[in-house]
Amino acid sequence: MTDAPVLLSLQNITKRFGALTANDGISLDLHRGEILALLGENGAGKTTLMNILFGHYVQDEGDVRVLGDGGLTALPPGSPGAALKAGIGMVHQHFTLAENLSGLANIRLGTEPLLSFGREGAARAKVQKIIAESGLDVDLDRRVADLTVGEKQRIEILKALYRDAKVLILDEPTAVLTPQEADGLFVVLRRLAANGLGVIFISHKLGEVLAVSHRILVLRGGKKAGELVTADADRRAIADLMVGKAVAAVVRTPASPGDVLLALENVSLHGASGRSLSGVDLKLRAGEVVGLAGVSGNGQSGIAGLISGLAVPTSGTMRLYGETVTRADPRALVANGVARMPEDRQHDGVVGTMSVADNIAIEEVRSAAFSKMGFLDRKAMRERATAAIAGYDVRCQGPDAEARLLSGGNVQKLILARVLERGPRVILANQPTRGLDVGAQAEVHRRILAARDRGAAVLVISEDLDELFALADRFVVVHAGELHDAGPSEGLDRGTIGLMMAGQSHARAEMAS
Amino acid sequence: MTIRLEPREDAGLGLKIGVSLAAGLVALLLVAIPVLFAGGSPLTAYGLMIQGAFGSMFAFSETLNRATPLILTGLACAVAFRAKLWNIGAEGQLYIGALAAVCIGSGLLQLPPALMIPTVMIAGFLAGGLMMVIPTVIKQRFGADEVVITLLLNFVVILFIQMLVEGPLKDPLSMGWPQSVPLLAEAKLPKLLPRLRMHWGLIVGLVAALVLWLMVRKTVLGFEIRAVGENKAAARFAGIPVDATMLKVALISGGLAGLAGVGEVAGVKGYLSSDLSPGFGYSGIVVAMLAGLSPIGTVIAALFVAAVFVGADSMSRATGISSYIADLVVALSLLCVLVGSFFLRFRVKWDRQSVVA
Ligand SMILES: Nc1ncnc2c1ncn2[C@@H]1O[C@H](COP(=O)(O)OP(=O)(O)OP(=O)(O)O)[C@@H](O)[C@H]1O
Ligand SMILES: [Mg+2]
Repeated sequence: MTDAPVLLSLQNITKRFGALTANDGISLDLHRGEILALLGENGAGKTTLMNILFGHYVQDEGDVRVLGDGGLTALPPGSPGAALKAGIGMVHQHFTLAENLSGLANIRLGTEPLLSFGREGAARAKVQKIIAESGLDVDLDRRVADLTVGEKQRIEILKALYRDAKVLILDEPTAVLTPQEADGLFVVLRRLAANGLGVIFISHKLGEVLAVSHRILVLRGGKKAGELVTADADRRAIADLMVGKAVAAVVRTPASPGDVLLALENVSLHGASGRSLSGVDLKLRAGEVVGLAGVSGNGQSGIAGLISGLAVPTSGTMRLYGETVTRADPRALVANGVARMPEDRQHDGVVGTMSVADNIAIEEVRSAAFSKMGFLDRKAMRERATAAIAGYDVRCQGPDAEARLLSGGNVQKLILARVLERGPRVILANQPTRGLDVGAQAEVHRRILAARDRGAAVLVISEDLDELFALADRFVVVHAGELHDAGPSEGLDRGTIGLMMAGQSHARAEMAS
Repeated sequence: MTIRLEPREDAGLGLKIGVSLAAGLVALLLVAIPVLFAGGSPLTAYGLMIQGAFGSMFAFSETLNRATPLILTGLACAVAFRAKLWNIGAEGQLYIGALAAVCIGSGLLQLPPALMIPTVMIAGFLAGGLMMVIPTVIKQRFGADEVVITLLLNFVVILFIQMLVEGPLKDPLSMGWPQSVPLLAEAKLPKLLPRLRMHWGLIVGLVAALVLWLMVRKTVLGFEIRAVGENKAAARFAGIPVDATMLKVALISGGLAGLAGVGEVAGVKGYLSSDLSPGFGYSGIVVAMLAGLSPIGTVIAALFVAAVFVGADSMSRATGISSYIADLVVALSLLCVLVGSFFLRFRVKWDRQSVVA
């Protein structure tokens, strides 16, 4: 592999944000046809490095060199235009598509003059050729707003390839994908690499990194901690490089379930597709973790919406501590000890332009803890934030830092600190470790189980079956808006869950697997 | 050597003020060009403008008098824009506030000034507020765009006022002029100084700015308004009642514009007519933008805009150059501030790194 020519070379990249050195003298080479995985803890500087490579940020020191006609040429820093021209394509953690336009229009956007009628045919032919070569199958004529996350990502990749990318960068591409979609993505990436593309992808999922990449580069605290050839690497070696120590696995002790704290009784919810529920029964008991499995879009967001207080059942009843909940009122739920994690942390979780302290206090600003007679108690807010930053290892410049400057995983930690620190009695853990590094994942699992042992009722929604098996005492599976009981996790196997996710009844699934 | 732009983490207060000042200066420089074309000398013209705005106690008091409604309409826009509620209807709300003052203060109630003035102000505030609450409710219920509704309502309101001052509210003693019955003396805002037109509305404006500043920084309501304005989805998820917060903003915003109207009838004119405001409501938008939506900045921006208008009037009388120059200065300052806000979001890097071949 390393005999292939170098496509891209980073030389001693250093980037500082005030006192913080986010990238410290990082060098790397990417070869033709190579898939390079970029790993590191939350806040290690991965996204920053890719942003420099793509010209979003200007490095303080170092060069980005790209293979051109005359050998390796340094890119002018801070120019996405130059990066694009040199053949670098980037798929961001958060997509940058125009939702109202069709997929094809998005792919062409920015590549042609505004008034270019009649060239659509040529563009479509080119995209279709790329689709045929890569297997990136997607409907080009649908409005982007109507596409699934996985399809949007395909459009993003097509957009990069349409511009003749030689290097494709993907920042945590699988964080938002279902496992099936992720597998599809890897098939595509392997094919693209075989055709000569260089790929860099960022991920926190060691399994997929080991399965897909050729080489692994690990960052720690802004520095290059090491480089491994994937064939010679294993989970321990990588974790060692990432955190400097082995990550202890979390052990789940048997649960001792108590009273039902939250119950959905024959609940139906009419809403947008993917949110609707019909006749759902669910009981969350004190001291028990229920794992909700299902292919995303089958009603998870409906259940999450109910427990988050964003919706009330169209029919049926939701009870909290035995009392019927009749109004959609997140604040009342929070006041009654319900902890809610939003599925989309950037969109629903934080107000980016407000500080870390503000975002920690936001659910409870009206409570006596953070305000007196309508006036904010800034001191209390900062104290809570300082404790949260320390307790949950939120890497940021302090309680006054704006939330939008935090790395993806650190935003997630901020939200965890906000909801778990109160000692909640009911916890909705919606994709609790999405985007977290392995160390932080284990830490969150430990905290969720600790909350359970303290007597909290927990519902974990996750697309990661490993995570569900690590946490859940009992499984439920959602399919097409209906919820099915899968029983205790002891003795349950993945095959059964998988078949139930595809719509088979529990009994049939158990027989089949 | 090349120039590059990089997103800026956070612009300091000094930079924000600097950009606004620079914008004003650049606008003045640009306006020098049409002044030259009009055959005047820019230096003399600006000298006369400064003199006309600040040159004497009388001039200064006229500027403050002009700034009074602008402070209030500026605050009205600033507080609404912060919550991303696009209130373009301050002009109409101003008139409705003035109408409420006239309805209550021209004989309906008989009260001593100490009670009458607050009553008239509260009525004006509520009436103006209602004029903004209604479009906000329509927006929330039916998804109609508040920009369109509030803008169009301005015309509806002005026509309505015209009808009233030609008809039911017409002053029989006005010798045919379309103006309303006058306010009782008890309802009039006292002058701040004898023989000058400045009135207590100025103090109301300054207090309002101070209260808003405190509200944004120190209160839960201010916190909620910021959250709703910056990220509605996250605010809703966190349990902030988004619709209710918007309605509070609407009430405050419309109410402040209504107070501007009260100030104009009760402090300056003494009666209502359909030429009460030469577009104070629209200028409020400019003032708020110039101020970067900051309450204290609004006071300064209102003074600037008022000084330009008052100064240009006096300059025009002395030189014959049209006082439309004032509109040019204000419009160009707004454009310059918008360009300047670019520098608040991006850092310009002079890049010395040579391109390695
Ligand atoms: N514009 C900025 N201003 C100040 N600090 C920043 C800025 N961008 C990033 N940082 C900081 O730099 C560090 C590295 O951030 P980066 O986003 O590169 O992390 P990451 O490795 O991608 O983490 P994650 O896995 O959580 O996404 C973080 O501590 C972050 O807070
Ligand atoms: Mg990142």
